[in-house]
Amino acid sequence: MKPFRLYEPTTINETVATLSSLSVGGKLYAGGTELLLAMKTGLLQYEGLVNVKSVPELDGVSFADDTLTIGARATHSMVEHSADVLAHAPLIASVEHRIANVRVRNVGTVVGNLCFAEPHSDPGALLLLYEAVVDIASPSGPRSVSVEELVVGPYETSLAGDELVTHVRVPLLPTGMRGAYLKFGYHHRPTLGVGAAVTVVDGKFVDVRLTLGSAPPKPTRLREAETLLHGAATDDGAVATEAGRIAAEACDAIDDLHGSAEYKRHLVQVFVQRALTEAVERGVK
Amino acid sequence: MVEAKEKITVSFTVNGGDVEIQVAPEMALVDMLRDGLLLKGAKRSCDMQVCGACTVLVDGVPVSSCTVPAFEVRGKSVTTIEGLAADDRLAGLTDAFIDNAAIQCGFCTPGMVLAAKSLLDSNPDPSEDEIKDYMRGNICRCTGYKKIVEAIREAADKAVQA
Repeated sequence: MKPFRLYEPTTINETVATLSSLSVGGKLYAGGTELLLAMKTGLLQYEGLVNVKSVPELDGVSFADDTLTIGARATHSMVEHSADVLAHAPLIASVEHRIANVRVRNVGTVVGNLCFAEPHSDPGALLLLYEAVVDIASPSGPRSVSVEELVVGPYETSLAGDELVTHVRVPLLPTGMRGAYLKFGYHHRPTLGVGAAVTVVDGKFVDVRLTLGSAPPKPTRLREAETLLHGAATDDGAVATEAGRIAAEACDAIDDLHGSAEYKRHLVQVFVQRALTEAVERGVK
Repeated sequence: MVEAKEKITVSFTVNGGDVEIQVAPEMALVDMLRDGLLLKGAKRSCDMQVCGACTVLVDGVPVSSCTVPAFEVRGKSVTTIEGLAADDRLAGLTDAFIDNAAIQCGFCTPGMVLAAKSLLDSNPDPSEDEIKDYMRGNICRCTGYKKIVEAIREAADKAVQA
């Protein structure tokens, strides 16, 4: 790895000021589980890394007002084992438990994962299911955007170079809504992930959220398929098949080491149907 | 203005002993341990946090020392495979790996044993499924894993009886 300088601010304001002074030569560093791999291969090079782990106010996982708040320093392991997450959003704990391996979960952060925007990854599609929002500190003051607006493409976010995500806020699923998240892949990164959250009354979908990750270029909310499912009977196989077909078309799959685009469209079709069934039959909040 | 660090003093404990060493920010933990402290148990292998051959424990939990920077262990406690051989005698878990022939070439073994130690420290009586789930990030290309799972189970049984 090329030499770099380490900056260790102790407040959010110092962090933003340091990023501003470094301009394009600087980058935020949290767990480093993705950033440092790219730097080791020479794909990315920075003169300075700015360590968010030296900023105490970015710590931890907390719960208030039916919302989980995950700080920029919180690792996957902290989220996976958080008593608040286990009690209020056990689906998040179970998906976090299946991310990478125990070593990566002990070091890598949820916010860092969102901001690195590696497409083959679970937290983005999972947090879209909860309509999560990120709080951003910037030189012009704080602002917030949805996770959907944060990630704009592979390895690309809507953040400016001198902005940092301080927290991700995760509202609980509405009362009565139950979710499931299925992933699939043979490589160390997932080939696809599908999130489904449903509210069912009298055997019919009255509210549906469907999200897709890893197969598309960025975590994607499948609104057209959701609209189709509204009001449909949960045992209407033809509607679920059509929702899967819409999802497969929406995923913008490409040929790569995970498989051909045609193969991935097939997987998406099948897994959307399975995720809906899983959410209906065994979904958790 | 926040200081730009080009050298970082890392004070930490390794296998129970206090150490202080100067490193550059880009130095990986595995290089500080192997080249700086001559602890050769952790191996750089895949170099991308997938295989587990570089596993060491930091404050009791496993990390990939190939990618974690050395400066991250400031003020922390690091355990390498060398730390499990107290008084030059092998500890219970390493004995169980030998007794169960859970080793062929041995390259993955330091990481396997340390990951297993972390598992047993947090869950002293794991089921076979829990062992497989925890250990799935450590890759062995020789044994086929069965004997590794059996070794961990035996170490758990002996510790529970003791």
